[in-house]
Amino acid sequence: MKNYIDSTDDAAVAESHWAASLKLIAGCLFVWFVVSYGFGVILVDQMNQFSLGGYRLGFWFAQQGSIYTFVALIFFYVWRMNRIDRDHGVRED
Amino acid sequence: MDLKLLTYLVVGATFAIYIGIAFWSRAGSTGEFYIAGGGVHPIANGMATGADWMSAASFISMAGLIAFLGYGGSVYLMGWTGGYVLLAMLLAPYLRKYGKFTVPEFIGDRYYSKAARMVAVVCLIFISFTYVAGQMRGVGIVFSRFLEVDITTGLLVGMGVVFVYAVLGGMKGITYTQVAQYVVLIIAYTIPAIFISMQLTGQLLPQVGLGANLSDGSGPLLERLNTVVTDLGFSAYTAGNKSTIDIFMITMALMIGTAGLPHVIVRFFTVPKVRDARSSAGWALVFIALLYTVAPAVGAMARYNLTTTIQHGPVGQAEANIVYEQRPDWFQRWEQTGLIKFTDKNGDGRIQYYNDKNPAMAAKAGELGWKGSELTVDNDIMVLANPEIAGLPDWVIALVAAGAIAAALSTAAGLLLVISSAISHDVFKGALTPEMSEKSELMVGRISAAVAIGIAGYLGYNPPGFVAQVVAFAFGLAAASLFPAILMGIFSKTITREGAIVGMLTGLVFTFGYILYFKGIFITPLADNVPANWLFGISPEGIGTVGAILNFVVSYAVSKVTAAPPQHVQDLVEHIRVPSGAGRAHAH
Repeated sequence: MKNYIDSTDDAAVAESHWAASLKLIAGCLFVWFVVSYGFGVILVDQMNQFSLGGYRLGFWFAQQGSIYTFVALIFFYVWRMNRIDRDHGVRED
Repeated sequence: MDLKLLTYLVVGATFAIYIGIAFWSRAGSTGEFYIAGGGVHPIANGMATGADWMSAASFISMAGLIAFLGYGGSVYLMGWTGGYVLLAMLLAPYLRKYGKFTVPEFIGDRYYSKAARMVAVVCLIFISFTYVAGQMRGVGIVFSRFLEVDITTGLLVGMGVVFVYAVLGGMKGITYTQVAQYVVLIIAYTIPAIFISMQLTGQLLPQVGLGANLSDGSGPLLERLNTVVTDLGFSAYTAGNKSTIDIFMITMALMIGTAGLPHVIVRFFTVPKVRDARSSAGWALVFIALLYTVAPAVGAMARYNLTTTIQHGPVGQAEANIVYEQRPDWFQRWEQTGLIKFTDKNGDGRIQYYNDKNPAMAAKAGELGWKGSELTVDNDIMVLANPEIAGLPDWVIALVAAGAIAAALSTAAGLLLVISSAISHDVFKGALTPEMSEKSELMVGRISAAVAIGIAGYLGYNPPGFVAQVVAFAFGLAAASLFPAILMGIFSKTITREGAIVGMLTGLVFTFGYILYFKGIFITPLADNVPANWLFGISPEGIGTVGAILNFVVSYAVSKVTAAPPQHVQDLVEHIRVPSGAGRAHAH
């Protein structure tokens, strides 16, 4: 893999790496937006029709759920991004 | 042992630890002074970022704000955590790959312009000084309340401690003291919260307790709280009273402002690799979330405790309001500080606490012979008096004092360091005296840190009116100026020097002007700060979002009509997008 990449156009590798990064970032930011601005702000009244234990669901997303999702989202991003780096042979040694 | 002596011992012991760490991690080179030599473990950096980030305001004031805002307080919870997602994915790894020392340096290189670098320095210094004045004030207040020394002495001691580890240790000293400070502050914050959650709901974890049933069998805490506060004419706790557009805009301004704060960004320059910068942002958010998911529980539980202590039965029943002479001990103690005040307006010797600005409630209260709400409560009491409200032992109270000081000092140190790096590296080395040796640069860095501490101390002692507006200001300006410039610098190859400079200035001037217009800093406000006057119903706290959008639009438009960036700049952008080779500085 590494040799193959070295022998081809570096610019093409960089371009495909960048495209894969952008796709991953866009997906993660979509989730980021939905759990906070979606469930916690815009749709909060609709979400509050449901409950999670003693929490109303919209309130839970605004004060708890969005934060847990943010943490999970960053580690998911780290895991996928490391794989993208490896697949393109641009991982740091 | 009495409380005061115990508090002195606990606070003194933490100071000894911070200073000890500073001697062990003295900076010997500019690399160590600016970015801790670039060798900080990502988890340690995450912890340091947590302490750097969580200020006196997060520790002392946030839970109290949430207690009174209810659902509206969510803007702080989402806004001050969601920014780390943006940092992790959009900025941190790329700036780490760039691999130099400061934020203005990146802006100067990417936009091939010393002018752009200086605009960034001005933004950075303004944001950081506004922010640091609030921290020094926090140090002074904690000292005077818990240690009963006057604010000046408290400030001087705080400045002295920061001086030792910031001037001696630079970023290296600050990083490892921040790790220790994180540990102190998170223990101090969570112990009282756990006890209060156990008392009210029987749940060990406050995050679970907030959504649990009350131990007295009266149903879920949040539903009871809604009933208790609406009976007194306040808006329902889980509904709040801000408009949807304002909640949206404030949350967005806080998120992008967080991602644009120089003292936070620079923490990601200190880890060894690009992939460490990514994971370190995740660890930082883990450590921050520990406090930020507990804070809403502290807020709701403190509000419930306070309200039901005053009004312990149905509204309207004569004996349902507490008799002033029978008020609890913590109430008496905190009355002396002025954080809680009682005036017996109707002379019945009982405390009435309700929303007298709500016409329906005011009418009902009038029939009961109430003559206005008799209690004023400062937000800060919700955290500061928590251990006493929960009846916890003295050592917990001492720990809360140490925790509040740790939160203020760690943030102050981080801010002072970015100010001094901007002066020594961007202004002196970058523009005025480019020929100076590394040794002289290090000396200039230490001197500017010392001067910055002096100015910060003065601002803390003699705060200009705008310290209270620090949230609107620091975050709004970071959101409208630095964040868009850095983001476009990484994600676009076509934004030009002219575009970036005009964009930053537009965002800055618009946001600054809007806040000035309604808040009247330096001048009297030009219009009442009420929703009817706001642009699209957006409050000054949320206007940074609009400033950022203007910045993006103007930068794009100006770049369209100016000459494209030179090839070496486009190569630089290509270079920072790919991780391999992060250890070597980029030659171009």
